[in-house]
Amino acid sequence: MLRVEARTRLGGLNLVVSLEVCAGECLALAGPSGAGKTSILRVASGLLRPERGRVHCGGETWLDTERGIDVPPEHRRCGYVFQEYALFPHLTAWQNVAYPLRGMSRRERRRRAQELLERFGVGRLADARPRTLSGGERQRVAVARVLARRPDVLLLDEPLSALDPRTRAGAARELEAVLREVEVPALLVTHDFAEAAQLGDRVGVVDAGRVVQEGTPTELAAAPRSAFVADFTGAVVMTGTAHAGPNGLTLVELDGGGTVTSSDRGEGPVAVSVYPWEITIDPEGEAPHGSSQNRLPVEVLSVTAVGNRVRLGLAAPQPLAAEITQASAKALDLRAGSLVTATWKAAATRLVSI
Amino acid sequence: MSGVAGARPGAVRGAPRPAWFPAVLGVALALALTFLTLPIVAIFLDSSPARLIDALGEPAALDALWLSLRATAMSLGLILLVGTPAAYLLATRSFCGKSLVITLVELPLVLPPAVAGIALLAAVGPSGILGGAVEAAGVELALETAGVVVALTFVASPFYVRQATAAFASVDRTLLDASRTLGASEARSFLRVMIPCAMPGLTAGTALALGRALGEFGATLMFAGSFQGITQTVPLAIYDRFSTDFDSALALSAVLVAVSAAILLSVKLVQRSEALGGAAG
Repeated sequence: MLRVEARTRLGGLNLVVSLEVCAGECLALAGPSGAGKTSILRVASGLLRPERGRVHCGGETWLDTERGIDVPPEHRRCGYVFQEYALFPHLTAWQNVAYPLRGMSRRERRRRAQELLERFGVGRLADARPRTLSGGERQRVAVARVLARRPDVLLLDEPLSALDPRTRAGAARELEAVLREVEVPALLVTHDFAEAAQLGDRVGVVDAGRVVQEGTPTELAAAPRSAFVADFTGAVVMTGTAHAGPNGLTLVELDGGGTVTSSDRGEGPVAVSVYPWEITIDPEGEAPHGSSQNRLPVEVLSVTAVGNRVRLGLAAPQPLAAEITQASAKALDLRAGSLVTATWKAAATRLVSI
Repeated sequence: MSGVAGARPGAVRGAPRPAWFPAVLGVALALALTFLTLPIVAIFLDSSPARLIDALGEPAALDALWLSLRATAMSLGLILLVGTPAAYLLATRSFCGKSLVITLVELPLVLPPAVAGIALLAAVGPSGILGGAVEAAGVELALETAGVVVALTFVASPFYVRQATAAFASVDRTLLDASRTLGASEARSFLRVMIPCAMPGLTAGTALALGRALGEFGATLMFAGSFQGITQTVPLAIYDRFSTDFDSALALSAVLVAVSAAILLSVKLVQRSEALGGAAG
């Protein structure tokens, strides 16, 4: 179990965090850059000393500012994978992996390093220098190096962001396997909610130095507690004023015009959020499918293919985005300037007080 | 021809442009090159190789060479030993008054050598402010080889410290963080990561300091004097005989040119092999 509590000023940022990760669990901290995510990892590893804080790992106390305990980084068994992997450029791949191995013969160090490299499928690159390796290969060497330390906790800083999109999916799967295998707490930091949802058992959304909401990815997406979390999880966020409507539903008068219905309760100023893939597009003026549907006349601003889906930028009183299949985009003959109707369920409409 | 013109349509369009600017650049480089190399070439042309070798056979010339090598080596040892950790501290820590410290450390770079010699006399000379303490410690500096080492170290170390600080500062700090989290203390990280990563810059700094120490003249003359075999380094020996025995002065100069050229060349080779080794390995 890893417990980190810290309170410190960092330039303009006020970092106030308190989090717990169980052995074998991965907590993914997701948030925009500058939110203080990396600083949390630095506090845990001892590279940054907070003004006040405590770090416990297993039965050990690594930091307790009140009791004057501050174990230096080299004596905390942290497996820290840095954002750009921080491989030593003057050492070969195997020498990098063998770096944390001490008190054994060179032969033994080489053997163990080779073993770890083989485990990640890069054994043939043992004698290569980091600068000749691809991003994916560097990441594997970095993870192997960290495991050679036999860490009590894994700290991963944007482990996938240095990779090109093509290698990212494979690397993510490998990393998932590593996280399942090592039975230590893992703390992962990313700016991408989808990545956090894939790799983390739990996700903590970090904003301006605080963990604003923590839960499973599904919980966060289903019930974002703030407009920031909703927006960060990929939802479209609009603002309006809520009042009670018929059948226990809530009606929201959107700022700028239009009315939407939500199955959530709310009163007064609210943020309305809906995921782009919950929105369907119909030709202009099509008859409603049911009373609990939200319908807004919109103009298509942009049509962008994303894989086999199409993302639409929509002009409504407040900007909207929708994701639909390529087939339906083709059937509707959508292009910039098309006038259509955006439709989504009241049950897919989240309300958050603001 | 038509193929060339077709490949570079800009080259054939319009009237031919006057190429006066590239010509100016070329002339400037030719002038600089001539001015800088002619005196050096003249050292070798103004005397026959046989007379050069004869002049080098003299005991006084050999003494001067041997003394220069010893004093430079000792001073370089001191500079590396103290300058490397000092430069590391300057590069990796921020503290109050750091820019003042850096300025003070670099001051000897711009000090006229004669001033350096006077300054050393005033500080650690027999009647200097620390002269008593130096004497009490049983160290004889004035008119002794140790004094030469002090003078060389004083004028040459800023070259190394400056270059080494820049070299350490350009190493990615995440590498140091990585080393720490992988179980290495700061001292171990310094030896195993920082020094190897800063090596090209450290080599360049060493070469600069070496070149400066080998050529040191003014401070040594004023602080340590010019006694054959004790304080007379090669530059002092050259000065000593240029009015009486020009050939001998030329011969010693030729040796210094050769050594300096060798230093410059080896630094370039080391840096190139490091760059290539890194890229190919």
